[in-house]
Amino acid sequence: MNEIVPAHTIGEYVPLVDGPEKVSGRAKYTADFIVPGMLAGRILRSPYSHAELLDVDITEAAKLPGVRAIVTGADCANTFGVLPIARSEHPLARERVRYCGEPVAAIAAIDDATAKEALRRIKLKVRELPAYHTAREAMAPDAIDLHKHRARNIERDVYFELGNVESGFAAADLVREGTYNCAEVCQNQMEMHAALADYDAERDRITVHASTQVPYYVHLMLSQILGMDMSRIRVIKPHVGGGFGCRTEALNVELIAALLARKAGGCVRMVVNREETFITHRGRPETDIRLKLGMRKDGRITAVECECIQRGGAHSGYGVVTILYAGSMLYAIYDLHNVKYIGKRVLTNTPPCGAFRGHGTVDVRFAFESLLDDMARALAVDPFAVRRANLLSVPAFTDNDLMVNSYGLPECLDWVEQQSGWKARKGKLPRGKGHISKGLGMACSHYISGASKPVNWSGEPHATVKLKLDFDGSIVLLTGAADIGQGSSTVLVQSVAEVLGLDLSRIRIVTGDSDVVPKDNGSYSSRVTFMVGNAAIDAANNLKAVLVAAAARKLEAKPGEIECLGELYRAGAQDKGLTFNEVVTEALKDTGTITVTGNYSTIPESYGGKKYRGAAIGGSMGYSYSAQVVEVSVDEETGVVTVDKVWVAHDCGKALNRLAVEGQVQGSVWMGMGQAMSEEAAYHGGLMLTANMLDYRVPTIQDSPPIEVGIVESNDPHGPFGAKEAGEGSLAAFLPALTNAIADAAGLRFNDLPVTPDRVFAAVEKRARGRKTNGGA
Amino acid sequence: MARILQLMLNGRARNDAISENVLLLDYLREIVGLTGTKTGCDGGECGACTVLVDDQPRLSCLTLAAMVDGRRVDTIESLAKDGRLSAVQRGFHEKLGSQCGYCTPGFIMASAGLLRRNPRPSEDEIRDALGSNICRCTGYVKIIEAVMHAAELHAAGVAP
Repeated sequence: MNEIVPAHTIGEYVPLVDGPEKVSGRAKYTADFIVPGMLAGRILRSPYSHAELLDVDITEAAKLPGVRAIVTGADCANTFGVLPIARSEHPLARERVRYCGEPVAAIAAIDDATAKEALRRIKLKVRELPAYHTAREAMAPDAIDLHKHRARNIERDVYFELGNVESGFAAADLVREGTYNCAEVCQNQMEMHAALADYDAERDRITVHASTQVPYYVHLMLSQILGMDMSRIRVIKPHVGGGFGCRTEALNVELIAALLARKAGGCVRMVVNREETFITHRGRPETDIRLKLGMRKDGRITAVECECIQRGGAHSGYGVVTILYAGSMLYAIYDLHNVKYIGKRVLTNTPPCGAFRGHGTVDVRFAFESLLDDMARALAVDPFAVRRANLLSVPAFTDNDLMVNSYGLPECLDWVEQQSGWKARKGKLPRGKGHISKGLGMACSHYISGASKPVNWSGEPHATVKLKLDFDGSIVLLTGAADIGQGSSTVLVQSVAEVLGLDLSRIRIVTGDSDVVPKDNGSYSSRVTFMVGNAAIDAANNLKAVLVAAAARKLEAKPGEIECLGELYRAGAQDKGLTFNEVVTEALKDTGTITVTGNYSTIPESYGGKKYRGAAIGGSMGYSYSAQVVEVSVDEETGVVTVDKVWVAHDCGKALNRLAVEGQVQGSVWMGMGQAMSEEAAYHGGLMLTANMLDYRVPTIQDSPPIEVGIVESNDPHGPFGAKEAGEGSLAAFLPALTNAIADAAGLRFNDLPVTPDRVFAAVEKRARGRKTNGGA
Repeated sequence: MARILQLMLNGRARNDAISENVLLLDYLREIVGLTGTKTGCDGGECGACTVLVDDQPRLSCLTLAAMVDGRRVDTIESLAKDGRLSAVQRGFHEKLGSQCGYCTPGFIMASAGLLRRNPRPSEDEIRDALGSNICRCTGYVKIIEAVMHAAELHAAGVAP
């Protein structure tokens, strides 16, 4: 007979526990819930960028047979928004509309055709106001304010100087400055927003299914908007078709669906289309950056001055946090002193931006790593050597008080340098056919593993997990953590199974139903593996203690003598022991069904500092690191850039599920590629020109390169089994690695994103003209 | 105008009264209740709604239900046999070709169509066959591995 050993999956390749549902079509997403008798919800949106709303006339719409409820701004006096300090938005506009696409009224009708016809019968009376579609226009001295208490349309001004920037630049051998522009980009997750709201008029209760990353925030905002006690609300998060940050706040879709359901006294399904998803997108803001760096001959950075202006859109949203991240996350990747940051988050008449993957860090990282590359070239220092000259020594607190305990960046650099053959190939790649030039570029990036202080500070533990064990010997893991495809359910099941030494099949996970699962802050800022993973480990240890005590009782041994082998508990190697089921039976004798709780709280040292207003933003228990090398071919005749290959190394502390880590890293690199090369939310006036997936160009399988992933494990002392985040940190490095590769291949530097073929072509033409004027060949 | 639609849907003969203008996608989801087929865009942009009509991949969002009268239509729900995942489904599950899962039914049906006409596709042939499906999670690397893996499983005797 084989020796019984504890089952073990941490560090292995583990397919998702909810994979069979997804590949068989059984996984239900919000729009898949078809309730007999449900009503169809539709939203009327503002065709104006900026206007005073004088009247919303619903008389004719109300007369249409089949219309069951109409709601307007008159039905929602309260505002919503993710940050308690900046709730600027009504689910349906009142008094003023501030962007083209902002909801103005909504209809619930017996079917979609009736709802659409009713929308056509609503008449808007407005007085148009001057509209500002760029940050510069909105900040002009004569611009009117979009919101009260936001003078000159500045949502937030951030300023800090830590160290002495002037003396830092004086100590430099080379000082360079660059300006950079990154276009606004959209998450464009595959599932369009949807909500199903069912109001029980008899009991005054409401159940809302929402495609969200943050069921708890949705719960809070439903209470606020409906004016209903939270105990009367149930929020269910079914399968969610991707988020990437667009659903890290309650959206007007679920709030409007709930308003309609209550007014109609029934069930309303609201599914918005792709165009509506685009024009209300909560993506990454258009960002203008001015960056100045000082560097010594050996590559050491002596000073940093960064100015960052974000076109935030019409409402506050996450804006304050985004502009703070852009500054605070200058730190925690390199050993920097003498840093000045000036940030402006600007309110404009465009869709509100939000927390896109890599929140706040991506565009600044693009600028920083681009300028490092230029300066390395100017000083004739290898780009790898420049990064190595600026590495942190950990454990460390950065000048802005971010706590860094584990730091795998040096190993990431080594891995991509070796795998890409950098030393042998850099500068020596053969030219391709005809007008093709080839090049290599590299860059680094990093990200937090969850914000240490949650947005809604309540004094509760940061994360809570419950385990239920009953007569059948199966363990049910109850968590509010929202699996949105990133694999969080799998990693939590693995974590519990690992502690108990059990096969994954013994554990079932229940998520996303506020009636059943403990509250969770949600899936954002890459917090789930770290925070909820630690809570799951705590819960499993607590359950193990109960089982060990029961086994000890039955075996007439001391708990300390009990050896847990997963399916077998025994008192020493000679003992026949008890099966897991026998232990469960014994454990249930005293208490019946066993439930245990596991908690996790972040430590105060990780909260970030107080050296400037908002310095807590950036504080995290652990930081992930990434290094990338990108190989490109540039066709100087057509301007087409092809990414031939990407090598990426990501320090995730410990890969709990290697399959999922690889998938997350590849997905983030690829999403960075979209932003770098083709994606742009373009507007004419306030009207989005790219509100579909043909004009908003997401890379297809034909455009997408092989992405080789190296996993670096720095074993974070606080991480669950040593783990840190894996799903965001590798996005940002792609952007500068690409432009650095283009600079290497073609000698052209692109500071504006996306680098589209027409931009490359124009740059090639411009250079050719310059050569002619200078009498060159 | 209404009409009677007769078709072979996932191996079962069906007769349904439908409006002339109902899309195949909406017929499948809202009338039959086969919600595995997904709506991902406003028409022909993303491939999430791909089904097989007589074994050929077809965008159900650009197809009127009336157009498949008398035809054989297979959706994601048809692939598993006796409750066991098919080769393509196993490929996508085991190689993580599916993360959020929303584009997955479309990718799997397009891949199943490919493997039915070409059981051992090259990487380029896979890229060609899946060029009109968008995935926002994977970067496609593991989707290609999933289809390669599915072809191997199929060669070993698992239904595609």
